[in-house]
Amino acid sequence: MTDANEAMLVCMRGIWKQFGPVIANQGVDFDLKPGEIHALLGENGAGKSTLMRILYGLYRADAGSIAVGGAEVAIHSPRDAIALGIGMVTQHFALVPPLSVAENIILGQERGLRLDLRTAEGKVASAAKRFGLSVDPRARVRDLSVGQRQRVEILKVLHRNARVLILDEPTAVLTPQEIEQLFETLLRLKTEGVSVVFISHKLHEVMRITDRVTVMRAGKVVGTTATHQMSPSELARMMVGQTIVGVSKPPRTGQGSVVLKLEDVWANDDKGVPILKGVSLEVNTGEILGIAGVAGNGQTALSEVLEGTRPSTRGRMWVCGKDITNASPDQVMQAGVGRVPEDRHESVIDEMTVAENMAIEHIDEFSRFGLLRHAQIRQHAERLIAEYQIKARPNDRVRTLSGGNMQKVILARVLERNPRAIVVSQPTRGLDISATEYVHGKLLEQRQKGAAVLLISEDLDEILKLADRVAVIYNGKIISVMPAEEANPERLGLLMAGVH
Amino acid sequence: MGLKLERQAAPVWVQPLLPVLAIVLTFGLTSVFVLLAGANPLRAYYHFLLEPLSSRVSLLEMLVKATPLLLTGIAVAFAFRGGFWNIGAEGQFLAGATAATAIGMSMHGMPALVAVPLMALGGFVAGMAWAFVPAVMKVELHADEVVTTLLLNTVALLCVSALLNGPWRDPISQWPQSPEIASTAILPKLVPRSRLHLGFLFAVFVVLVVGFILTQTTLGLRMRAVGLEPKAARFAGVRVERTLLVTALVSGGVAGFAGMVEVAGIHYRLIEAISGGHGYTGILVATLGNLSPLGVVLSALFVGLIDIGSQTVSRALGVPVYLGDVIQATLLLVTLAVLLLQNYRLSWRRGGAL
Ligand SMILES: Nc1ncnc2c1ncn2[C@@H]1O[C@H](COP(=O)(O)OP(=O)(O)OP(=O)(O)O)[C@@H](O)[C@H]1O
Ligand SMILES: [Mg+2]
Repeated sequence: MTDANEAMLVCMRGIWKQFGPVIANQGVDFDLKPGEIHALLGENGAGKSTLMRILYGLYRADAGSIAVGGAEVAIHSPRDAIALGIGMVTQHFALVPPLSVAENIILGQERGLRLDLRTAEGKVASAAKRFGLSVDPRARVRDLSVGQRQRVEILKVLHRNARVLILDEPTAVLTPQEIEQLFETLLRLKTEGVSVVFISHKLHEVMRITDRVTVMRAGKVVGTTATHQMSPSELARMMVGQTIVGVSKPPRTGQGSVVLKLEDVWANDDKGVPILKGVSLEVNTGEILGIAGVAGNGQTALSEVLEGTRPSTRGRMWVCGKDITNASPDQVMQAGVGRVPEDRHESVIDEMTVAENMAIEHIDEFSRFGLLRHAQIRQHAERLIAEYQIKARPNDRVRTLSGGNMQKVILARVLERNPRAIVVSQPTRGLDISATEYVHGKLLEQRQKGAAVLLISEDLDEILKLADRVAVIYNGKIISVMPAEEANPERLGLLMAGVH
Repeated sequence: MGLKLERQAAPVWVQPLLPVLAIVLTFGLTSVFVLLAGANPLRAYYHFLLEPLSSRVSLLEMLVKATPLLLTGIAVAFAFRGGFWNIGAEGQFLAGATAATAIGMSMHGMPALVAVPLMALGGFVAGMAWAFVPAVMKVELHADEVVTTLLLNTVALLCVSALLNGPWRDPISQWPQSPEIASTAILPKLVPRSRLHLGFLFAVFVVLVVGFILTQTTLGLRMRAVGLEPKAARFAGVRVERTLLVTALVSGGVAGFAGMVEVAGIHYRLIEAISGGHGYTGILVATLGNLSPLGVVLSALFVGLIDIGSQTVSRALGVPVYLGDVIQATLLLVTLAVLLLQNYRLSWRRGGAL
């Protein structure tokens, strides 16, 4: 071990990891200094999650070594990692919903037979305060929002005296306000000497809070540098290997006619409480209507009502004059609506193949007398894979695709049908820069072809870039609709907070 | 140095080996009981597994035993693939056997070409009817089908018992068994001087049909989607409730057909022990066969072999016949445990380095 490495808290050297034919990590070196926030950047499928899962003991490297605090270690399970002071918050949280926050945090750590919940609650509360992670130790996890759950996960890691906190795309599921709070926490952790690995696709976040950045491409490290020496466009070039050409919105051609129309639509959440309270909207041909809003103000219900997976309790909806109020998903599709939902895992069947998932929405067109036409299903998949540059083979299970490629599968199956109306929710969540540009380009292409696009997104930049008109949803109601030219982050921000 | 389990999908080539691993482990574990029964495990397993395979009579008998298991096994596998946790093949089997007997008893004078199809249809429909109630309760009321199908097994058994001790009691012998079915309703033998009957071919045919449905039809695709992820299936336009209902009815129908085959092929009448647990063993067969049609064929034959083997071994070594049952039960538990291993990967752990 060289002198330079001794100052490092974590040293990963020559890490290899192969999944079948895919080499996710090819001799990766990664260092982490004490008390630094270190960004891990890379395109979808570059191998970031794999590398961190190896450090946390979720995967085992095929070759390579890890040293923590200068000493070579063997990490075979998260238990080993935790003992070494390494903690990780993955995108799928590992919490027990019926238990309280405090119970979740001490779970698996309780010593002796007696469970001293009172003391634990006190400790959790003081830790929460110290790191600015406001959460009630007694609250049931199932009643918490995604952002709050993430705080519980972080507290769980800190409670185990972690020196290293790994966050895999923590901001993808957070609202802008929650992201601010997370950043404050991370900066506080840094002053306490905790090292943070921060995986994100959002370059402005990386620029803002990280000290160093390691860029990965196709399983290898491209380079590690101090963040302040780089510009966002330099980082992007490092990730992709070439300059990214951003797409921009061409001017609208003519005034369209109404395609998608909602009139006083109401709906309840799963507990039976009204979550949509009289939404009225119109989307025209060749137009993108952006819906901006802070998460939890009814966006999810709005998309579900349109997708046919949540009943509306009042009001009516039409597509090209056809009534689709409370229609089933297949009726909605028949009416010409393409749907890209917020949660990818709710629209694809992970254990089925790419080809099957691409065909299932219109399976009757891939069959004769109820018999599947396998050759046709396969050719269809091959065509979409080529057209949309998806890194997958028709017979791969969707489960094994990286987030970006999974999203492309969903987009491909929807967009290739040139739907009259498209309902998209958070279409670029978790996607890398070039995939994001790609999706944006495809949506604009549909707009040029005359589709009416309803774009629901928590990413204001995305809305401002794509939308022709912007509607703000607050507390289950559309409180304002304006042309894109009149929208700016400040104005939208106030409206999203309910000020108008 | 040591072996270590990692939570990660096992490589594909491992999957077909898992049932074999289950079988080997089972024999390892049950050798304790063989020893307790005072026999040498190796000799016992020779009589269990190899001796039956070496004689024509017991080979044929193995196929006889496998016949109902092929049907109940594929019935359960079909339901499980489609996300309907049918524990009620036993009850559906009894319903099918009862209906088939009722039809068979009234077929005197009818040609076999009328009698057999009618009985088969009756068995299938009765099995469907028995599965219909839990299926509707699941779809409409979200009642857990594991509980409802299980409870209906007891109900079916009590109904059979009531029939046999009441209206159907054999007038000649006064035994609790029904009168014989018409001679034309009896399934012909495939091999003279054996018990192997046409039902075996029926069973193989049904397994092929189910395999075809699962892999080649839109129904199969929808079913698998519902079984894997009902929410995503609904999103993709699959009518989840209707698909579940069809899955349950086909599964119940096949189990009911198994009842008909046992009546028309072996017993020629309804007796209380007509099933003797074939419905439950079907769960074992389906699980051991990894819910695939080919797997069901192999595991049904294997369980049939154990059935025969427990007789040869008890004849040869004087150990109790129900050692076979112990092995079957152990096999189920071990199989379930081994199937969990699918999600793990075994690896050598080297000291120090990664
Ligand atoms: N369990 C697995 N089985 C098979 N392949 C896998 C598995 N996990 C990851 N891969 C593959 O390894 C490669 C790297 O995946 P990884 O999840 O590390 O990418 P990533 O950089 O985190 O991407 P993203 O930004 O999309 O999250 C991908 O090609 C992926 O398909
Ligand atoms: Mg990842």
